Amino acid sequence: MRPGRIGVHAFLMAVSLAFLAPLLLAVYASLRPYDETSEHGYFSLPRHLSLDYYRQAFSDSGMTKYFVNTMIIAVPGVLVTLFLASFVAFALARLKMRGGLVLLMLFTAGNLLPQQVIVTPLYVVFNRIPLPYWMSDSMTMYDSYWAVVAVQIGFQLGFCVFVLANFMRTLPQEILEAAIVDGAGVWTQYWRITLPLCRPALAALGTLQFTWMYNDFLWALVFISDGDKLPITSALNNLRGQFFTDYNLLAAGSVIVALPTLVVFLLLQRHFIAGLTLGSSKG
Amino acid sequence: MSFIPARRTGRRVARRFTGRDLAVLGVLLGIPVLLDVAIVWGPTLASVVLSFTGWDGIGDIKWVGTQNYRNLFTNYPQFWPAARHNLLWLAFLGLVAAPFGLLLAVLIDRGVRFSRFYQSTLYMPVVLSLAVVGFIAQLVFSRDQGALNAVIGDTGSPTDWLGDPDLNIWMVLLAAAWRHTGYVMILYLAGLKAVDPSLKEAAAIDGAGEAQTFFRIVLPTLRPVNVIVGVITVIESLRAFDIVYAVNHGRNGLELLSVLVTDNIIGEASRIGFGSAIAVVLLAVSLGFVATYLVQELRGERNR
Repeated sequence: MRPGRIGVHAFLMAVSLAFLAPLLLAVYASLRPYDETSEHGYFSLPRHLSLDYYRQAFSDSGMTKYFVNTMIIAVPGVLVTLFLASFVAFALARLKMRGGLVLLMLFTAGNLLPQQVIVTPLYVVFNRIPLPYWMSDSMTMYDSYWAVVAVQIGFQLGFCVFVLANFMRTLPQEILEAAIVDGAGVWTQYWRITLPLCRPALAALGTLQFTWMYNDFLWALVFISDGDKLPITSALNNLRGQFFTDYNLLAAGSVIVALPTLVVFLLLQRHFIAGLTLGSSKG
Repeated sequence: MSFIPARRTGRRVARRFTGRDLAVLGVLLGIPVLLDVAIVWGPTLASVVLSFTGWDGIGDIKWVGTQNYRNLFTNYPQFWPAARHNLLWLAFLGLVAAPFGLLLAVLIDRGVRFSRFYQSTLYMPVVLSLAVVGFIAQLVFSRDQGALNAVIGDTGSPTDWLGDPDLNIWMVLLAAAWRHTGYVMILYLAGLKAVDPSLKEAAAIDGAGEAQTFFRIVLPTLRPVNVIVGVITVIESLRAFDIVYAVNHGRNGLELLSVLVTDNIIGEASRIGFGSAIAVVLLAVSLGFVATYLVQELRGERNR
């Protein structure tokens, strides 16, 4: 090994450890009683280690309920976004329709706007859209899952259309032309012919979108007022209010919140990274 | 506005759609377009309109012309600090975090051993929510028990990293950069894989040094990635919200434009017109960058 190589390794190792350290610190803090850390600091040797805080986070603050809320939002969110975006991308990239580029720009640019620009009018409008009781116990779109799901879908459509259209352009057009000669309609061309070829891109986007919707903080904060309906990421903020003094309990809460995305990432690493890079490097 | 003409070359395939095709197209294109207009573009326009009114969200909508903007620029003490913080955010992510991500990508791309481990570790913060990052920042930077003060042995008069309004923005920026670096690195790693190795070989044969090859050959071919990284950096800096909100609700040195918008529209005194004016300032800045980006994309599209 040349000395240069050793230098590179030392550098990368140091940076990696620095990147991991805050996460490990959070895990470490969550395993220790608060009295101990408040006396000796977070950076001290442990006297007691236990999983008590995890049990407490689940039992006292109802983390399970918040996880369910997240799923109510993220699962339909991801599925509907992928379905609608894949059809738009199909129409733009495969049917070569007139005005397709304008549509693509409309969607792509929409995804790049700052969220705060659309928050105010949506807040006002959602407060005025009545929903029947079986759909929302607040009787309006505001303070219901519908509002958050709709915003997630509307906002993420742009990114998915952009990525999927780029991907579909790399598929051979001949397959589609053969199908058209055989008399396949638009739906068949989309559902039976194009979509199966997009499986890798859909898996990548699905992974990425799930992570984003799971991690979202702002939409739920603005559009949901009832603390019991909050998704897990926003609920963490409430937990802070309730257990303000006990940082170690909060550390346990943070680890619980972070765990699903970390697991998804480690299991589906390739998909996750593919999703991020599909849109950026033009093949 | 010009449309790209349908492809004229080659045999013309019969392109007439049947009635059923048109129905499918109408519904499945119509729904997403409607959603996009209703959720994104309509509200954006509405924000612009509302920014010229003095509205509290309940009573009548009153036109006040540019008064909100005048108040914002001259009479709202939080505005300029918030704008400065957003700029600082942009500068820090763009000039520190992004180049650092590029450096890491270049080092890893050279095929060192354990590169999988390095990659995974460095990406990892990207999947954490900013709310969690904000909380972890508190564990590290808190004054009395924080790990940072313990490491540097600052026990006599400990520094209040997140409480001191002159310091806390830098600490929060470090936390934001923790995530941004990994994100940028992924994008550059993908870009570097696509660089044609024969280009580098040719440069080496011509006697170019490593640095020369990188700046003259590799970096220019990474242009599409550079553009994406630039856009993401701008967008992230303007959208920044979660971390500061998780740390202290964006007060006491951590003001950001996004926080001011949120503060003005939710809560007791909702000043929708005024909040919209702040949002429009954000919009104007980001649209400048988005338009530049789209023009680039459009050119690429034409050349396909």
